[in-house]
Amino acid sequence: MSPLLAAQGLGLRFGTVIALDDVAVEIWPGEVVAIVGESGSGKTTLLRVLSGMMPPQAGRVLYRDPEGGQHSLFDMPEIALRRLHRSDWGFVYQNPRDGLRLGISAGGNIGERLMAAGHRNYGHIRAIAAEWLARVEIDPGRIDTLPRNFSGGMQQRLQIARTLVTSPRLVFMDEPTGGLDVSVQARLLDMIRGLVAELDLAVLLVTHDISAARLLAHRIVVMQQGRVVEAGLTDRVLDDPQHPYTQLLTTSVLSA
Amino acid sequence: MTWALRTEHLDKSFVMHLQGGARMPVLAAVELEVRPGECVALAGVSGAGKSTLLRCLYGNYGASGGRILLRHADDTVDLATADARLVRAIRRRTLGYVSQFLRVIPRVPTLDIVAEPMRAMGLGADAARQRAAALLLRLNMPAHLHSLPPATFSGGEQQRVNLARGFAPEFPVLLLDEPTASLDAANRDVVVALIGEAKRRGTAIVGVFHDTEVRDRVADRLFAVAAMDRTPCVT
Amino acid sequence: MTTAAGYNFGYLDENSKRMIRRALLKAVAVPGYQVPFGSREMPLPYGWGTGGIQVTASIIGPDDVLKVIDQGADDTTNAVSIRRFFAKVAGVATTERTAEASIIQTRHRVPEAPLREGQILVYQVPMPEPMFRLEPRLAETRKLHALADYSIMHIKFYEDIARTGHIATSYNYPVMVDDRYLMSPSPIPSFDNPKLHRMPALQLFGAGREKRIYAVPPYTKVRSLDFEDHPFQPIRADGTCALCGSRESYLDEIVTDDRGGRMFICSDTDYCGTRAAGQEAAE
Repeated sequence: MSPLLAAQGLGLRFGTVIALDDVAVEIWPGEVVAIVGESGSGKTTLLRVLSGMMPPQAGRVLYRDPEGGQHSLFDMPEIALRRLHRSDWGFVYQNPRDGLRLGISAGGNIGERLMAAGHRNYGHIRAIAAEWLARVEIDPGRIDTLPRNFSGGMQQRLQIARTLVTSPRLVFMDEPTGGLDVSVQARLLDMIRGLVAELDLAVLLVTHDISAARLLAHRIVVMQQGRVVEAGLTDRVLDDPQHPYTQLLTTSVLSA
Repeated sequence: MTWALRTEHLDKSFVMHLQGGARMPVLAAVELEVRPGECVALAGVSGAGKSTLLRCLYGNYGASGGRILLRHADDTVDLATADARLVRAIRRRTLGYVSQFLRVIPRVPTLDIVAEPMRAMGLGADAARQRAAALLLRLNMPAHLHSLPPATFSGGEQQRVNLARGFAPEFPVLLLDEPTASLDAANRDVVVALIGEAKRRGTAIVGVFHDTEVRDRVADRLFAVAAMDRTPCVT
Repeated sequence: MTTAAGYNFGYLDENSKRMIRRALLKAVAVPGYQVPFGSREMPLPYGWGTGGIQVTASIIGPDDVLKVIDQGADDTTNAVSIRRFFAKVAGVATTERTAEASIIQTRHRVPEAPLREGQILVYQVPMPEPMFRLEPRLAETRKLHALADYSIMHIKFYEDIARTGHIATSYNYPVMVDDRYLMSPSPIPSFDNPKLHRMPALQLFGAGREKRIYAVPPYTKVRSLDFEDHPFQPIRADGTCALCGSRESYLDEIVTDDRGGRMFICSDTDYCGTRAAGQEAAE
């Protein structure tokens, strides 16, 4: 076995602000990795770099395809990277409006990725869409409803269904529970947790919510000012933090 | 080699950066060896570091020095230096832990919580659920509770869910932290019986038992954890 | 050759024609691909066929015979004025007979009579981008063409079927050209789409306001987008032409009074007239 994604020596600065400073991360099949840190720590920038959306100024990101071939992410042609984002990878945005077409029905939103993958049978696409709605706990009877009429939690669940329908191996999630009510967050986290285990997904999750990281992640990467200050097994990093910043982070949370 | 779990010169101290970097030593040079089929009870005054040792043995706390050796997948591994992925693999196949409190996962039914580690080991869904149900029944958890998430259960009920989850996969090494603390006499007897059966299967067990009666019934020997002077020293 | 004094042959200056011909050559070389070109000011407003006129002006020669139709008819204002325009600035012969024309400029129809090799069909195109209603960013649609990623077009059809049970697009029905580029056939009825497929004539498309030219060379594969279980179906009014009795041609519905009276007649006036004349001769 080898990692799905491996980054080494990532560096990126915006003017005088250091966003990434010699960052290395690996994600292995079936593994959930949470990147935690406060806003401005560079975690969202790291997610954008690892998912190929933003090139770093230093370092490289290696992607391994399902056949085992290694690709340097930023040397891939754009067409290949885009295809990757629609097949083997998925991206769940914090704001569902960024990941959904609000003027297209729920079924159409799920179907789009299937059609991009070459599905051309309406009945089949619709059946898969209905099945995925049920899996993310949305009444399949609402398949023709526009997502702008959904609650925030439902929109986020729809975004997850749309992302997972093509069976990606690696999913990037940017604060997937941000902006939701606490009760809605718990339900969503729980649903993600179940799907991740069931589908054996690798997930790279960016969050500032330590309890979400504890619930979902196998490993944690703690970032501060563009650097990885601590990384390891989730429960060890949270229960026995070594770095001053991690200690601050874990003691700032009520019963994580 | 006759041991299943062995520590060599295990040290653990906590550095509290928020208190000016003070170092608080808890364990020093711990040499523990547990054979298959043996139950070792950790003894020591309250605060001596029994729970800390148990957490180190599970990899929940990182060792500050020394080695924690385990037999895992026909190999000998050092938990103290194993990376996160190896620790996960060890916990999936070799090392079980029953904590005092259940970390409740919202909305997941009791039966699935108990079945989960068996599923992770590779057991089929039905077989895992059957075994989970049988063990829950044995711990006097009636069937109508199996489909409920344990969030609303009493402390004793949650502890029994935890026990079922820890015992069901039949890990070669099992760590027990106060496994009978919230149980009545009848359930204590079930736990004593479960420990006895595990020992006969060759499970190596390390436990912290507050209840000396239970401890004396299950433990083959005591391992003294010496209380250290925990006065933090700023270095 | 009698060209109006003071005008270059075909109205456009020779450099403009060369520029447009280069765009046309590129368009023929890459079937279905929208080639940008420097659209010129024409003596009629955008929306009246400035793109088609520039294409015609660039390819027309003194020996050409020009036919112009608007909605299938040769005698509508737009068709008549464009025909007169070229008669004036190029001095070419004009015709209303599909079979006699070497160049047919059209708005919204493909003639009913099959075209042959050597003929050129010039379409007036208001909006060349088939995905513009779905993806408003032109830079993004260009990228989607480059990547041949047309899933949003299928989403539109998916939504149609979900809402109405069938693909509700009845004109300007998008096609795949040579299995590569998604193309707007211009606002022709979907009834005409099958005629584009492997047509012996050259098909040129000009969009003046949007400054795009594209082409379908003779005998090119043109497939209307659809789903396996909702195959493309050309739509035609279920009726018979009141003038020639055709049950095959594309029909216009004419309201004859204010009491609900109506009739259907062929949209293609040349086709209808030829059939009607043949029937009279036979009687």
